[in-house]
Amino acid sequence: MISRPETPFRMTTPLVPEALRGLRCGDAVLLSGTIFTARDAAHRRMVEVHLRGEPLPLDLRGQVIYYAGPSPTPPGRAVGAIGPTTSGRMDPYTPLLLELGLRGMIGKGRRSAEVVRAMVSFGAVYFGATGGAAALLARSVRRVLPVAYDDLGPEAITALEVEDFPVTVVVDLRGHDLYDEGPAAFLESLKGSGTGA
Amino acid sequence: MRVVDVSALTDLVRNLALEANFRLPPDVIRALEEAHSREISPGGRRVLADLRENGRVAQEEGLPLCQDCGLAVVFLDVGEEVAFSGKGVEEAVHEGIRQAYRQGYLRRSVVSDPLFDRRNTGDNTPAILHLRWVPGDRIRVTVAPKGMGSENMSALKMLRPVDGEEGVRAFVVETVAAAGPNPCPPVVVGVGIGGNFETAPRAAKRALLRPCGDPHPDPRYAALERKILEEINALGVGPAGYGGSITALAVHVEWLPTHLAGLPTAVNICCHAHRHASGELGGEERGS
Repeated sequence: MISRPETPFRMTTPLVPEALRGLRCGDAVLLSGTIFTARDAAHRRMVEVHLRGEPLPLDLRGQVIYYAGPSPTPPGRAVGAIGPTTSGRMDPYTPLLLELGLRGMIGKGRRSAEVVRAMVSFGAVYFGATGGAAALLARSVRRVLPVAYDDLGPEAITALEVEDFPVTVVVDLRGHDLYDEGPAAFLESLKGSGTGA
Repeated sequence: MRVVDVSALTDLVRNLALEANFRLPPDVIRALEEAHSREISPGGRRVLADLRENGRVAQEEGLPLCQDCGLAVVFLDVGEEVAFSGKGVEEAVHEGIRQAYRQGYLRRSVVSDPLFDRRNTGDNTPAILHLRWVPGDRIRVTVAPKGMGSENMSALKMLRPVDGEEGVRAFVVETVAAAGPNPCPPVVVGVGIGGNFETAPRAAKRALLRPCGDPHPDPRYAALERKILEEINALGVGPAGYGGSITALAVHVEWLPTHLAGLPTAVNICCHAHRHASGELGGEERGS
């Protein structure tokens, strides 16, 4: 991880498999283009809709979902504060969305082994946005457009037009997880320098 | 006896809720800056620099520090010589929260029935109210909005007296280790030891209110805090869980008298957006 480039990769959505292949967990990425917000209730509804045989309100192929429920937009602004929520709550719904073409997720916190397996088999990447840096992250959002499920309030699905939205690769295409490898590599580096942990 | 109209309480609660959501307290800024100077992992340093910058951007641009503006936890220390006039005291607190979350464009995250309806109450009430009688004729109010990401990682264990200091230490470290990246590290860890099933968690929550990193006045508890902090930071979780030396900014312990047969221990984890603001009614009004 430490030997990876300090300069962030730049990527534009929708994501193409060739671009994702070069990413390793720990890499910094600046995302531009359109990403979609969806969290607990929107996930539950998308899965229910699909299981009833109805179409989803958006085509997920190549797309990125950001697990976020922003604060209300103050007058004259593009968006309110918009940091990530804990991704693990979306785990039960995620394998199906990956099967439907989802290629990137942005959130914070661990994913289940089942999600990581589905990511590896379908070819998707899990990005981390810095939890609690919600005002800072809002700076990279240019515009918010409603997409579906407005009745869910802060949990509605919206399209965010983002420019250089800063994320870190947490789980890469090989299924390597920064939450395991980052701390392990850090502790290993302490041993090397003789300071001990 | 001092008569306080509950509308003054509403105004103070509103102002404190706004302050807490928009302004990172000075003690937390200091702790983050100190953490940045000590963190040796490059990824961790990047996260810590972002968090400090987030505090600046929030204030500059009028956005809340975190989109999860939390459950509004309100501590009221009411002087015994205070008499209230006007409508109900609890309702006055809820009204202050209602006004702040509307005026500040803060996210309303409270759902009523937790199991079946889960319907948003629309104004972030009810607040969670902790009322305590204190000597004097003043009312001290602290508003501490708390997001659920870190609250969900908190835990209570009814330890046995024989488990002792070692048992407490192990439980706290295990809880923070199990939380890993989820509660937005670097975290502040509140530990409540003693009391019973309902008061140990409240002591853990109160422990979070102490200025970040101030040691417990009892040197034995201060030493325990240091020891737990060292062990947590040896986990290597680091800022955002990406690996590093700063997993927690501080560990604060509060104790309560307990039963001779028990050692309840509660761990309340708070994210780095450690929001709290305090003020007083009666005497000279001042914020802090």
